[in-house]
Amino acid sequence: MSELHNLEQSIREHPFAEGMPGRYIGILTGCARHAEFREGTFLFREGESADTFYWITAGKVAMELDAPPRGAIRIDTRATGDALGWSWIVPPYRWFCDARAVGEVRALAFNGVCLRGQLDEDPELAYEMYRRFVPLMYRSLHATQLQLLDVYGAG
Amino acid sequence: MVGAAGTGLLAADPMVPRPVSIRRKQRETHDTFTLTLDVPDPERGLPFVPGQFTMLYLFGAGEVPISISGDPASPMQLVHTIRAVGSVTRPLQALQQGSMLGVRGPFGSGWPIEEARGRDILVIAGGLGLAPLRPLVYHLLNRRGDYGHISIVCGARSPADILFRHELERWGGRFDVDVAVIVDHATDTWHGDVGVVTRLLDKSRCEPANTRAMICGPEIMMRFSIRALNDLGISDEQIHISMERNMQCAIGMCGHCQYGPAFVCKDGPVFRFDRIRPLFGAREI
Repeated sequence: MSELHNLEQSIREHPFAEGMPGRYIGILTGCARHAEFREGTFLFREGESADTFYWITAGKVAMELDAPPRGAIRIDTRATGDALGWSWIVPPYRWFCDARAVGEVRALAFNGVCLRGQLDEDPELAYEMYRRFVPLMYRSLHATQLQLLDVYGAG
Repeated sequence: MVGAAGTGLLAADPMVPRPVSIRRKQRETHDTFTLTLDVPDPERGLPFVPGQFTMLYLFGAGEVPISISGDPASPMQLVHTIRAVGSVTRPLQALQQGSMLGVRGPFGSGWPIEEARGRDILVIAGGLGLAPLRPLVYHLLNRRGDYGHISIVCGARSPADILFRHELERWGGRFDVDVAVIVDHATDTWHGDVGVVTRLLDKSRCEPANTRAMICGPEIMMRFSIRALNDLGISDEQIHISMERNMQCAIGMCGHCQYGPAFVCKDGPVFRFDRIRPLFGAREI
């Protein structure tokens, strides 16, 4: 099996691509590569250009905010089957937090710059991607609201 | 001379507290502790159904409803896990082994352990909500062969606030139970999940059509968990929740815990969700 075919198969089998038309799988494949991260390494850091986003194929990634003097606070985790990061699709394309591997992580890494160019030229592809990423943003916003409520606090 | 509490008449009166002593006290988290009490009747013990509660009376301070958190297969001891937050529970935390308390009960409805036989079981706990669910888990594990897949999902404020952490690890180490714990926030020493409990529900291996979900936690957490379960195809009839209200008499007389046509102390605290759906989340109640 060729490397390209292997990559396309991995994308097709990822839950985030469920039901995605083959034409778009092909476009994604053209912007993708396999990536691996050792425990404790950063996939991206706050303030950096959001030029790459990930679909996790194995392992867990922690989203962290550095909050001196408390240090790194984990605010969310993403695991196998999840998509990681949407800052690549929202100007000014900068990460708002750190993402760090918790244990070994394997992922599909997508070139966000490459894909943004494709989205600009292909509104149908843009719609397909937005309709997948918007629910991700919605769920994350909703979870954040619940976390802010501190529902398990004393009372 | 026979003391009043020892007479048959008063001993059977559900409004009369029976004296018990604290056999053991154990710290759980910074604000939560577990009391193991002797039972009022050492010959009969204090049989209970998972999900029931008792009224604990701290002499001179007052009475509070507390869920039983022990093993229903061990009726010779009464176990309560308590968060020290109020005018009774704070002084309760200061008591030591050998101190005396009054106890009434057990009261209320329990988790549907018979109706759930043969089904997959999804246990969803938030914070202190794991305490009234622990007897259920003990029962499920005691009768493991009677049930299908078992998933236990727990939410907590932070790793330091996880209740019964060692037990959760022990249950999670079994091959026949799935345990998932998620916290609202953590430091980088926590290698588990961070987020809200609803995120873990769609990863459960329970078969929706054959699942019974049992939930206890803050009401808002239960509300969103129910929505997530509905989205997975688990209907209101398959969901049971444990409600918390201002229970005082515990026998449906005083009306303090009235919940529409029901009394939480007598008709609950465990309700099948479809039976209270119209009331749940109603801001007037």
